[in-house]
Amino acid sequence: MTEQTAARPEVSRRRLPGVNPVYVLVVALLLAIFIMNPAFGEPTGYMNFLKRVAALAILSGGALYVIVSGGFDLSVGSTMTLTLTVIGSSMLASNDPNSTYWIIPLMLGIGLVVGLINGLVVSYLKVPSLIATLGMMITLNGVAFMWSGGAPRGYLPDTFRFFGRFNISDVPLIGILPVAVICLVVFGTILWWGMHRTNYGRMLHAIGDNPQAARLAGVPVQRVRISAFVVSALTAVLAGVILGGRGGVSVDIGSGYELQAITAAVIGGAQLLGGRGSVPATIAGALALEAIFTLLNLIGLAQPVRLVVQGLILIGAVALATYQRKRAGR
Amino acid sequence: MTDTPLTASKPPRFRFDRHASTILLLAAIAIYIVLVVALGQTRFLTLDNLVAILGRSITLGITAIGQTFAILVASIDLSVASVISAAAVVTSVVMNGEPSMMLPAILAVLSLGAVVGLINGLVITKLEVNPLIATLGMSLIIQGVLSYYYNNFAGAVPAEFQVFAYGSVGIVPYSLIFMFALAGLAWFVLRFTRFGSDIYSVGGNQDAARLAGIKTARVVIGAHVICSLCAAIAGIYLASRLRSGAPWIGAEGVYDLESIAVVVIGGTVLAGGRGGIWGTMAGVIIFSLIDSIFNVAGVDAFVKQVLRGIIIIAAVAFYAARSQRPVA
Amino acid sequence: MIDAPVIEMRGISKSFPGVKALRGVSFACARGEVHALCGENGAGKSTLIKILSGVYRPDAGEVLIDGKAQHFSHPQNALLAGISVIYQEFSLLRERTVAQNLFLGREPLKNGIIDSRAMITETQRVLALFGIRHRIKPETLVADLDVASQQMVEIAKAISLNAKVIVMDEPTAALNEAECEVLFALVDRLRASGTAIVYITHRMREVTRIANRVTVIKDGEVTASFDTVPAPEVIVRAMVGRDISEYYPEPAAPAEIGKPVLTIAGGSNASLRDIDLELRAGEIVGFAGLQGAGRTALAMAIFGAAPLTAGTMTLDGKTVRLLTPRDAIRAGIGMLPGDRKASALVLMQSVRDNGMLTARSFAHALGRRNSNRFIGIEGMDGLLDQMKVRAPSYEQEMRFLSGGNQQKAIVARWLALRPKVLIFIEPTRGIDVDTKASIYHLMRDLARGGAAVMMVSSDLPEILGASDRIVVMRDGRIVGQFDRTATEAELMLAATGEAAGVAA
Repeated sequence: MTEQTAARPEVSRRRLPGVNPVYVLVVALLLAIFIMNPAFGEPTGYMNFLKRVAALAILSGGALYVIVSGGFDLSVGSTMTLTLTVIGSSMLASNDPNSTYWIIPLMLGIGLVVGLINGLVVSYLKVPSLIATLGMMITLNGVAFMWSGGAPRGYLPDTFRFFGRFNISDVPLIGILPVAVICLVVFGTILWWGMHRTNYGRMLHAIGDNPQAARLAGVPVQRVRISAFVVSALTAVLAGVILGGRGGVSVDIGSGYELQAITAAVIGGAQLLGGRGSVPATIAGALALEAIFTLLNLIGLAQPVRLVVQGLILIGAVALATYQRKRAGR
Repeated sequence: MTDTPLTASKPPRFRFDRHASTILLLAAIAIYIVLVVALGQTRFLTLDNLVAILGRSITLGITAIGQTFAILVASIDLSVASVISAAAVVTSVVMNGEPSMMLPAILAVLSLGAVVGLINGLVITKLEVNPLIATLGMSLIIQGVLSYYYNNFAGAVPAEFQVFAYGSVGIVPYSLIFMFALAGLAWFVLRFTRFGSDIYSVGGNQDAARLAGIKTARVVIGAHVICSLCAAIAGIYLASRLRSGAPWIGAEGVYDLESIAVVVIGGTVLAGGRGGIWGTMAGVIIFSLIDSIFNVAGVDAFVKQVLRGIIIIAAVAFYAARSQRPVA
Repeated sequence: MIDAPVIEMRGISKSFPGVKALRGVSFACARGEVHALCGENGAGKSTLIKILSGVYRPDAGEVLIDGKAQHFSHPQNALLAGISVIYQEFSLLRERTVAQNLFLGREPLKNGIIDSRAMITETQRVLALFGIRHRIKPETLVADLDVASQQMVEIAKAISLNAKVIVMDEPTAALNEAECEVLFALVDRLRASGTAIVYITHRMREVTRIANRVTVIKDGEVTASFDTVPAPEVIVRAMVGRDISEYYPEPAAPAEIGKPVLTIAGGSNASLRDIDLELRAGEIVGFAGLQGAGRTALAMAIFGAAPLTAGTMTLDGKTVRLLTPRDAIRAGIGMLPGDRKASALVLMQSVRDNGMLTARSFAHALGRRNSNRFIGIEGMDGLLDQMKVRAPSYEQEMRFLSGGNQQKAIVARWLALRPKVLIFIEPTRGIDVDTKASIYHLMRDLARGGAAVMMVSSDLPEILGASDRIVVMRDGRIVGQFDRTATEAELMLAATGEAAGVAA
């Protein structure tokens, strides 16, 4: 590894890859869906697809912050669950549709606390993030159970379901525009800006790439790392709110999303254990994953196959990335 | 391992982390006794009860023995929970109440474990996939396949086979003896064989081990095969205890996280190369005691889950906070 | 030499991405001789050794053992062929005992069980060869040994293999004079018993003391080979490739040295004792000493990475307490770590990102990434141009650059903040000779610009050539101060404790 430095550097002239393959993949998958089900070409078809994918896409964009910083956040699914069960039970208890306006900020507050705890435990107690957030997952699921008494309960009021369910109709050109898609665009843009246009984003990359070098270069490593967990937890709450609009509330509604988010980031070319990742590519990764799930449904394969596919994608994508990196030299 | 003072060595420091598992174990025992006495429920102090406490953690204990190998070699296995479920289901489905199918079922399950461990090891060493991701992916695949075919308890183990979980010599259950025998075997392998020595070497410094001529990939693969085999055995035991297997029993027991937690509490460092089996067994007993303490104190099931999550994080933090290495 | 060579390497070439590390290198070593392999840091010595020991495979050329071509694919092959290597970076397992380390991967078995007793007896026998049997016990954990003892164990490990060929890669880096003599005596004995020894060093003293033959490598090529040991100047010239006088810039004139910028009085922490130090504007101060003498610890203390726990530090006359690198950087101190890969570079990020990293860390977090109050992207490009960083584009990922260009980019990182004190640790490790000279000139330019420059180096010629003043450390203390007219021998004596230096 060392001492490969002598002689004249014949700098390898590698062209930067033109287009991230994930975009090609998404287009191909969407075309495949369209061929199998032409109704997908109608605005209602693809808009519903986007609406369905919005929660996962936002969640993945936030989870990417932790991945780029070099960690994992496995507590996002349980944060979503907690969001929904707490909201669900409180709303049904108070039976007041207007409570949406204070419950969502309250949930964001809880998300903030969850993210802070994750970040503090990882940064200061030096617990590997995987274990810390897995522990957080168990804990939050337990809290969700405690809060709701273990029973999933009914539907949420419409004020709340606005974000996940409502469509703005009669929009020129595209006909309908779901609020969830607007949320996706807005939060996606914010996440993109934070990751790719600010000093913070570059510091995030640096601590994931080499925390020791980042520290000695003056990066406030702990603060940056903690904030990554906070961003992740906050997007989990937002994703939970959107998800809640789609269906009912249950105590395992968020489970599995943590791994889907990681898978989406990996499909988007993010480097696990940090240093590299793109928000748009991750959102495209989420689209690809949802498209694959849709295709599996169209082919008639049962739900559990999704898990197998996800597992294969995770291993395959990481193995491929390792192989490419080795070939490029490191 | 000695602490003999030497002229050329730094002043021998008291290596707290070497004794921490013992200290924690004593603390857990003390809390338990104090609590039981304070609540006046001295019936929890009998020998029968002690055996019962230990007997509750057989699945975790067997799994953790395997996990110790994976972690010692500086890897980790997050697929143990899925392997446990798969092993339990295969056991009960193949046996399907027939005593004659006991041996084929056990052989099938052990092969399953060996294959899973082999694939894990190959993916980690040959494809160079990070062990967390490799085993997480493996876990998803196993869980997916299992849930595709089964969605509830399937098959049944014959009464003869339930002896494994319920039979006992005097008051000591077979399964408890089995677990400690397995731990003894693991200890022997780690302490007295070259493979065991290689595990410590590869875990301590993979490059140094390679330079010394050790085939590091084989050692890592070997550790993963042992880890998955232990998980498979734990699954067999669980099938025997529950009389049948279901695809969620591994995940429900959170055996992946708990097995890692007890290994760490037992003083094996996550970075590999240091630790041992008896520490892990101490960790298992600590967890059983914590459970018993909750039971004696009458803690609500959900609250118990919350506390467990916190305890696991705290336990890992207890060791990790001392280390100088940055983590993420 | 009548003997046929035990090992022969013919026309070895090896490339790494972006770098040609070795070009057509041939090298041989016969039974009963010590063949010194000399070269500056980064000349390609270690790469050559790693090919010999089976860590790397050569792109071209062949390795012959006893006249037979070998194709090593795993270090084990080389071990079995009788080649044993003492690596520069320790290959010991800290959490295992001395005996377990000595027998790593080849533990003696009895009935399939590891024979611990045999291991301990044999370890004692090998340690006795060094006369350190009573200093190091076989059951001690390596982590509990000091650096010099660890180095002895490393050497003992290689020797216990009874190999035909022993390669020693700078084995004396952490040893004091007496320990060095023990090692040299051992080398003499091994040579007499017919072992072939490849001895890598850049210390001329050692070459003169023990070598039979000398081969010099520079920039991946053999530049000279001598069948008898020539005068040190001849070897040095072959190593450096030009006259020393052009290599190092002019020292500072007395008038150029200004007021003290940084002072420490009575500074101590776990690795440092009673440090009194003054760094002046316009001056380059070289820090010499053995490995583990406290030079890096002092740099880390000044930089706030491992702060002082006692004593006072002043910067521009004001007392400061620097508890983190951020504090230090804010106060105007910069540091270039010795292990660039581990401690300075973010390899997956672009050259620009690497250069901008510190400036960005002190700018507003949510501010635009391409311009801040310290520097903008154009300014950074200007600095990188000025440093002559060679890259197809500054958007290129850092990992594709050579060591020298990486180091220059890190210098640019600090220049963007105009530090008052800049600390260089092993500034030219792993850097080609041309870039080396430019790093020395750059340090001089910085000093001329009014900065105080601290340079920690294990390379005595570099210390003597590039410094205005030299501080020697041992056991966490400053044990001597010299001016640039000192000799290597004087510095070594102070560093190893045989004599104290005189204040310059």
